Amino acid sequence: MELTYTEEQQAFRAEVRAWLEAHVPKAPLEHYDATRAGFEAHREWETTLKSGDWGMVTWPREYGGRGLDLIQWLIFEEEYYRAKAPGRVNQNGIFLLGPTLMEFGTHEQKSRFLPPMASGEEIWAQAWSEPMAGSDLAGVRSTAVLDGDEYVLNGHKIWSSRAAFADWAFGLFRAPGTERHQGMSLIFFPLDAPGVTRNPIRKINGHVGFAEIFLEDVRVPAFNRLGDEGQGWHICMATAGFERGLMLRSPARYQVAAAELAKLWEARKDGCDPALEGEVIRAFMNAEAYALSIYRTASMLMGGAKIGPEASTNKIFWSEMDIHLHRTALAILGTEAELITEPGAHDWIDDYIFSLSGPIYAGSNEIQRNIISERMLGLPRR
Amino acid sequence: MMDFTLNEEQLMFAETARQLFADMSGPDQWLEQMESGAARIEARWNAIAENGLGLLLLPEASGGMGLGELDFALIAEQAGYAALPDPLVESAGVAAPLLAAIDPEHPLLADPSVSIAIQHPQNPLVADADVAGGIILHRDGEAWLAAPDQVTLTPRESIDPFRRLFAVAWDTASATRLGQADWDLALDRGALFSAAQGLGLAQRAVDMAVDYAKDRQQFGKPIGTYQAVKHHLATAQVAIEFARPVVQAAAAELAHGDVQSRARVSHAKLVALEAADNAARISIQVHGAMGYSWEVDVHLFLKRALALTNSWGTPYFHRQRVAQRIFTQPTGPDQTFAREIEHA
Repeated sequence: MELTYTEEQQAFRAEVRAWLEAHVPKAPLEHYDATRAGFEAHREWETTLKSGDWGMVTWPREYGGRGLDLIQWLIFEEEYYRAKAPGRVNQNGIFLLGPTLMEFGTHEQKSRFLPPMASGEEIWAQAWSEPMAGSDLAGVRSTAVLDGDEYVLNGHKIWSSRAAFADWAFGLFRAPGTERHQGMSLIFFPLDAPGVTRNPIRKINGHVGFAEIFLEDVRVPAFNRLGDEGQGWHICMATAGFERGLMLRSPARYQVAAAELAKLWEARKDGCDPALEGEVIRAFMNAEAYALSIYRTASMLMGGAKIGPEASTNKIFWSEMDIHLHRTALAILGTEAELITEPGAHDWIDDYIFSLSGPIYAGSNEIQRNIISERMLGLPRR
Repeated sequence: MMDFTLNEEQLMFAETARQLFADMSGPDQWLEQMESGAARIEARWNAIAENGLGLLLLPEASGGMGLGELDFALIAEQAGYAALPDPLVESAGVAAPLLAAIDPEHPLLADPSVSIAIQHPQNPLVADADVAGGIILHRDGEAWLAAPDQVTLTPRESIDPFRRLFAVAWDTASATRLGQADWDLALDRGALFSAAQGLGLAQRAVDMAVDYAKDRQQFGKPIGTYQAVKHHLATAQVAIEFARPVVQAAAAELAHGDVQSRARVSHAKLVALEAADNAARISIQVHGAMGYSWEVDVHLFLKRALALTNSWGTPYFHRQRVAQRIFTQPTGPDQTFAREIEHA
């Protein structure tokens, strides 16, 4: 074990920092979930990122990436959050579907879908949940029927982040007559295809960030199926592993917030409950622990290890730490906590509201605890 | 180079320790030792010495292996997993290296079956002082050495049946002056290896509860099938998973001796012993009334966690060291592995 960066890694950090300092928009963009204009401003930022060859640094060059390793990816993310660069509007694509495509896709599928994903030309939404299939994802009822060299898709998807404005979705469908984990396939469909209806759903922060999707005889080429027919559940579990394991929530995000929290405490501690300092310290330690854990995971993956059920511990840890951190900030803000943030200031209240979604999305924390207890600890399912 | 993995040698030593402790520090031996009240089981202590577990951190000039804190932390973790009663961790992890730094050829270091006890300003009592070949004493920043029969030892009974604590009264006339010692380093090592033991204590408490929950039937099926039980244990495991990388990083960085490395040690101490205390309490709950009985050994892990939580710096002491790092040094995502900047 050695916890120092090489000169090459330090030079890489300097390169990322210089580029971001020159290119990150000076004024924050409107949120990508707030309006179509905010969404498109973020797409434009993705184009700018790609022009600097920063679209998805760990992907191979032939698929629109830069061929870098996971430690470089962590350094990139650290600088990205440090620079307060815009949120990645295509996170469902680049962080979830991208790694899944890399593992299960054919060369033709990777060539078709990955480069426009890395450049933001095609922005992706995830279409897995249904009204009757949330935590119990194997309860999916939407169907895919092969007709010649096309699939005909029917059904109703919901809670699909970015789907109100995104270009494509990757959905979980089943062959009619199949049940539970059998007979499912992961199939891509354009969100503007004939037969697709999207209804935006307003979130508790007021944004329209997710949508429900109705599919009526939507026809897509069979080429859009990832992996074999019936392999959908297996592939989705791999995607969920990427989601929980490494890619979705960078430690840097929380380290920036913890540093901001320490500043907030120093500025406002007079008149505050002194016990809150313990919570500020706790927030810092949580963010550090998560960062160290991710460096450890990255090192192990570079050594050939695979992400396993321990990925579920990440999701619980970051979602709970995020809520704790923001609750601490609101306690320091006191009577100002409820006020809508002035432009340019750190948006503690909105980030707090967002943090409350953490224990729900990407598999509720109750499901994660089931996974940990059954697959890590070996407790019986029933 | 950034590499957060353990090497073959480290894994091998940890496995040796795990196997030895599994064979010689389990329920039968705990019971035997509690009933006899003996200070140690000689066969076990001799096996520890013969396997060289006490030599890892000792410099080569003193007949040791000259390895680092990380290597020894993995042994300490296994000691925690076995609720090891013997004074291996403090003697070989803190006291012997401190003595070797002052006098590498001191005769006490020559025989690995001789344990050394250590007094530290953070610990009002001295552990295992009666069975030690020598006691390192603290006065005005200087280290002194005395044999147990050269000082007055007053036993103070711990709730942990295997902790032998003593108040030590002594005067310089009956002790040997060793000279200036690095008490800060001793504290960091004591805290780090307490943290490492905490990881082991926590994992054992979880593992015992998992075994019990698979076996114990209520309402016609194992209690481990119920989510109320599962979620308790998953929560305990999450705390372990996010304490372990902190302990390992703290071990790898301890030698820097700067604000950051000290904060990392303190962070490790805080979260690993919280994980241990939490896991032990959850384990007792999962065991139900059995967990509250002396017969089920979970209480040993609860009590060791309690003892180590306040040894080598209380949680308050360690939180202050983390605060020192946060409020005097740069923070943020590029600072995870940063070193101290003066007058930051």
